[in-house]
Amino acid sequence: MDRRQLLKGGAAIVGVVPFARAFPVFAASADQIVVVTGQTINSLDLHRTGTNRPSYQVAINCYDRLVTFGTKTLENGDISFDYSQIEPELAESWTTSEDGLTITFKLKPDATFWDGRKVTAEDVKWSFDRAVSVGGFPTTQMKAGGLSRPDQFEAVDEATFVVKLDAPSKLSLPDLAVPVPFVINSEVAKAHATADDPWATEYLHTNPAGSGAYKVARWDSGQQIVFERFDGWVGGPLPQVKRVIQREVPSPATRRALIERGDVQVSFDIPDKDAAELAEKMTVYSTPIANTIHVVGLNFAFEPFQDPKVRQAIAYAIPYEAIFQTAAYGRGAPLWGATDPITDASWPRKSPYFTDLDKAKELMAASSFANGFKVPLSISTDLASWMEPTALLIQEAVGKIGITCEVEKIPGANWRTAVLVEKRLPFHLENFGGWLDTPDYYFFWAYMKGNLFNSSNYENEELQKLTEETLPMAQDDPEYLPKIKRMFEIAFADLPRIPLYQPALNVAVNGASGYQFWFHRQLDVRPLSVAEG
Amino acid sequence: MRGRGTAILLRIAQAVPVIFGVIVISFVLTRALPGDPAVQFAGAAATPESIEEVRKALGLDKSLPEQFAIYLGDLAQGDLGQSVSTGRPVLTELAARLPASLELTLTALILSCVVAIPLGILAATRPGSWVDQLCRLLVTAGVSLPTFFTGLVLIYVFYYVLGIAPSPLGRLDFIYLDPPHVTGFFLIDAALAGDWETWVGALKQLILPAVTLALFTLAPIARMTRAAMLTALGADYVRTARAAGLSRHKILYGYAFRNALLPVVTTLGMVFSFVLGANVLVEKVFAWPGIGSYAVEALVVSDYAAVQGFVLAMALLFVVLNLVIDLAYSVIDPRFGAEAK
Repeated sequence: MDRRQLLKGGAAIVGVVPFARAFPVFAASADQIVVVTGQTINSLDLHRTGTNRPSYQVAINCYDRLVTFGTKTLENGDISFDYSQIEPELAESWTTSEDGLTITFKLKPDATFWDGRKVTAEDVKWSFDRAVSVGGFPTTQMKAGGLSRPDQFEAVDEATFVVKLDAPSKLSLPDLAVPVPFVINSEVAKAHATADDPWATEYLHTNPAGSGAYKVARWDSGQQIVFERFDGWVGGPLPQVKRVIQREVPSPATRRALIERGDVQVSFDIPDKDAAELAEKMTVYSTPIANTIHVVGLNFAFEPFQDPKVRQAIAYAIPYEAIFQTAAYGRGAPLWGATDPITDASWPRKSPYFTDLDKAKELMAASSFANGFKVPLSISTDLASWMEPTALLIQEAVGKIGITCEVEKIPGANWRTAVLVEKRLPFHLENFGGWLDTPDYYFFWAYMKGNLFNSSNYENEELQKLTEETLPMAQDDPEYLPKIKRMFEIAFADLPRIPLYQPALNVAVNGASGYQFWFHRQLDVRPLSVAEG
Repeated sequence: MRGRGTAILLRIAQAVPVIFGVIVISFVLTRALPGDPAVQFAGAAATPESIEEVRKALGLDKSLPEQFAIYLGDLAQGDLGQSVSTGRPVLTELAARLPASLELTLTALILSCVVAIPLGILAATRPGSWVDQLCRLLVTAGVSLPTFFTGLVLIYVFYYVLGIAPSPLGRLDFIYLDPPHVTGFFLIDAALAGDWETWVGALKQLILPAVTLALFTLAPIARMTRAAMLTALGADYVRTARAAGLSRHKILYGYAFRNALLPVVTTLGMVFSFVLGANVLVEKVFAWPGIGSYAVEALVVSDYAAVQGFVLAMALLFVVLNLVIDLAYSVIDPRFGAEAK
């Protein structure tokens, strides 16, 4: 039976139900969900050079990792991943040695790949070797957990896999739950490997070979991906939906028409404006993105910004509320105006700054640039939806304290090079989100000297030292909280980055349920189900 | 006849330096673009080392002349290179997407010709009448409405409000399978396979985007037809034909229209070329998997091979198009090639 007959069969049954025309056609077939998104999946292999972020969902939905994060219910009732809870996926159990240097995993005995072959420790080793050897992003991400060389991985027997660390780190186990260390059917992959391509990147780019909940039934680059359930999945509870069709629709207006008409059940990653408006008609999830902050970057390479008074003056001049309402339509979480002293290590957190023009003027007058100065405010054309309104509001506000800026739009292709690699933009908007959800991880990328997301050329010895110390430290270590608190203090006093707000990931759902938010900002289709009624 | 043949061969020969020029310019220009593909493709959390690894993997660590030599060598073997962003050979990608764009563009052009040419003739024969006013109105509307706007309005009215158009989800709805690939044109392939259900499905998806584009292309064609017909109708040979008492029909179509056709065909060629560029927005609105959206995506991420492949494919297409137009001239105007003797 081919796809058409199958679908027609479903449609024919619907046809006899009274008022059937009012039902969304496909939701009625009960085992299928249609998702629309504006993003393009450009590869089925996360490890390949050039694989973009939307493609990470293939690693999630089609492959298993040894472990995964648990889920928790947020205050507003939405379900989100829970960083503090590590749960089994392919591994049945694991133990960490006393010294914290060896993690031993026992694989689930009944785990099989799609082709029926048993998942063995050898497959895990091959996959991990691949992740640390191919270079680029996967290798960098593995390093975050202290995993950098193939000799750190050992397949002891069929069901026992051992990871050896050079130093104990609290990030090692969570790093095994991110999309990168997914387990590949190594025999299938090796059969397609060549001397030039020992890791079979050419083959796995278009042919996934995993043990995950869904297989790829069809992938038309630039158009759609069709996931089909693998009934032998043991990584978690078997998904309810047999088939998930994800279509790429670049125009947000078209996506909105489709979800409003009910022809599709999920519209993933919609603009804040649409989310605010659609929320009145259907379920819209707007989850603040974990460990992600939109910030104003003040580059220390630019002379006036070396004066702390100037930086603080700007922080008091920024019209936070107006930005949050205009650029984000109130979706996400505000990150300004904290009044309480810091008592916990939660991050992102509100900065102690708020809009106070008089204070800003005072600080500016007391600085060594009392007469003001000129500086371009740089934004990326690719991220114009939030950066443009934000930049205009900031431009107007700092104008009142004598800082003249012109908004400089940088083409998307050049943005990363200019802001992150060359770090040459004096005054800019920026955002960074870390997968490993702890403040020290955020600080590592955004506040350490030379690191990629430190677009402000910021350097502080004490903060540097504290970050290095807290990075591997367990969160329940008694020394952790005091150190983290000190890091927050320094960051808010020095202000290389002025936090604005935490952006939200918006998902509209019409006829489906079970949506969960994940830190990787991609759709996990496994818990989705067709909504009743 | 021999003169005409030589002229055509000459035209083909002229295309060779043009294409070589396009190869050189597209190569140099893509590298002059702002943006560093190694940074782009190294991913979110890139380190300087991983960026260098990527640069090496993409062959961008070599000198420009070296890269150009490799590119030429690949081209000679018919290899347009590999697109980093999609990870597939550029040739495969173009072959998959060009037919989608061409099918849309050609349908739109046929549609607009069917409307615009009769309209232009009618307007020219009855200047100042209601037909002429209608023509003016359509032309003004066609030029002044941006394609994405027309597209969105059509979707809003026919899909969202009235619910008579299919979901704007590309070339085929979910319930259909792509017809077996022969030409890549779904209408032709489905007809060849005798699968009329898919044919109807593909046609339904095609209507709104084609109408959107047709509204846009209608203007220059109608205007040019009207102007060319007015000139022709005022020419001496028409007056002579009228004086000789030839039938109105014969004068209009046998003499005036035939002569007015040359500028119309020229306009058609120009319209075709700019529509292929302009349909990027229509492709975005209707989720049409065409070549325009591919090229834009490639440009945004500095995907060199894809951009060069696109430019080259377009250049080849225009060379062929111009050739076809010249051949059309030779059919319309028997004097073609006379000066090549």
